[in-house]
Amino acid sequence: MSESVSSLQRRRNLLQKIVFNIFRLAALINGLALFIIVYFMVAKGWKAINWTFLTQPPVDSMTKGGILPCIVGTLCLSIGAILIAMPIGVASAIYLNEYARPGRLIRVIKLGINNLAGVPSIVFGLFGLAVFVVWLKMGVSIIAGALTLGAMTLPVIIGSTEEALRAVPDTYREASLGLGATKWQTIYRVVLPTALPGILTGTILGISRAAGETAPIMFTAAVFFTPSLPVSIFDEVMALPYHIYVLATAGTEIEATRHLQYGTALVLIFLVLGMNLIAIIYRSRLRKRMQ
Amino acid sequence: MDNPVKIEVKNLNFYYGEFQALHDNSLDFHINEVSALIGPSGCGKSTFLRCLNRMNDLIPISRVEGNILLDGLDIYDPSVDVVMLRSRIGMVFQKPNPFPKTIFENVAYGLRVNGIKDKSIIENRVEESLKLAAIWDEVKDRMHESAIGLSGGQQQRLCIARALAVEPEILLMDEPCSALDPIATQKIEELIYQLKKSFTIIIVTHNMQQAARVSDITAFFYMGELIETGETNTIFTRPKLKQTEDYITGRFG
Repeated sequence: MSESVSSLQRRRNLLQKIVFNIFRLAALINGLALFIIVYFMVAKGWKAINWTFLTQPPVDSMTKGGILPCIVGTLCLSIGAILIAMPIGVASAIYLNEYARPGRLIRVIKLGINNLAGVPSIVFGLFGLAVFVVWLKMGVSIIAGALTLGAMTLPVIIGSTEEALRAVPDTYREASLGLGATKWQTIYRVVLPTALPGILTGTILGISRAAGETAPIMFTAAVFFTPSLPVSIFDEVMALPYHIYVLATAGTEIEATRHLQYGTALVLIFLVLGMNLIAIIYRSRLRKRMQ
Repeated sequence: MDNPVKIEVKNLNFYYGEFQALHDNSLDFHINEVSALIGPSGCGKSTFLRCLNRMNDLIPISRVEGNILLDGLDIYDPSVDVVMLRSRIGMVFQKPNPFPKTIFENVAYGLRVNGIKDKSIIENRVEESLKLAAIWDEVKDRMHESAIGLSGGQQQRLCIARALAVEPEILLMDEPCSALDPIATQKIEELIYQLKKSFTIIIVTHNMQQAARVSDITAFFYMGELIETGETNTIFTRPKLKQTEDYITGRFG
């Protein structure tokens, strides 16, 4: 009897070990993937990176010089996308989560948002071309690209904001309303500040994802080459992901500019990781202040 | 029961969708008295309490019938501003729920949302409320630290101070000690005894001893019905109904 119990025990423990190790492996693959990507970019691109590369425009048919216009362009597009998508996304999420009473309209809106998240980025690019560039006569410009990237990021921002709002305990809302606060005061003074770290994280993650997209900006904002930096939101710009695409597929010296392609990719990665890092630091600061 | 009536509940029915949670409850609450609502879980006592400041309005599928008169005026009348109503009726919840703000800002919150901007008024009222809630000495040197760092019992007294700062006429307490240890519970009970000099207090509790200790009036709920109500002494020593006696003595519930 006791022998069979202990053999059962052994088998159960063994099974548990195997299962956990499979999970551990799965988790390791994630970390490894990022490490390998960064390793290759650094190994192949670090030689391209120097002061000139970061502060000068490309010269000699983009085989020499730097990528400053691309860095500036991508920053403009990302910041523009945040400025456009964050207010609309957060406002939508507040409406859906705090004000709207469940019904058919809300179901349709939520279905729409979920499907928006599944639309391929090239479709957003064509949409931006048709609506912002042509119909609204914005031309190929920062504003058209930022609007397109913003539209693409909206579902992510709405989703993460809704999640952050749902994580705010209802007891906070009840306490606030019980003190004679209006619903808006409750949202503005209690719910939003509590949800802010989550909202910011979701927003930055969404935007940093969008910052690396090529398809939505190739018809709406980015150009092959322009040596000058943008001075208005109606200017066209160069952008990091599009620049990589151009160098790697359409340039005249594809092989000779490999190191520039990797260098540009490395800059893009650090830009995106940098944005994420800012979000993480800001979030942990906010959390600390609340505790 | 000589004090004037503050709240008069007449034939109150409450529905969650199809489910009727309260059946035809009628009950008066008097100024400067503590009334305890007791009964087994799910008997409707919390629902009843939350009808009194219309907190149940937040539940989309709920419906109220009957009248609740506050100083003779029906609080469910369409002309009543529910936000104003709630600033007259303070509420303390089962779990201490201070906002993730500083101790000072927690107590000042109700004042700020009600439009008080004068710094010295706010500071005075915060101090008074914290003193009234018997927590001033424990927090006066850490007013600008987060309220989340306080112990459970301190948090609950802070929540009471937060409610008092708005100068309500009535204090609703929904099992305010259920998440607290006996020492913190004792402090809150002493506080309730002090506060009834200035307020009408209605407390929901699962703790029979607590109801017996703090209340003047006890109302026993069962399955959404108000079974028996009367002076606490009478209810606990000579209840009229067998059902009440069985519950109080712990034979069921």
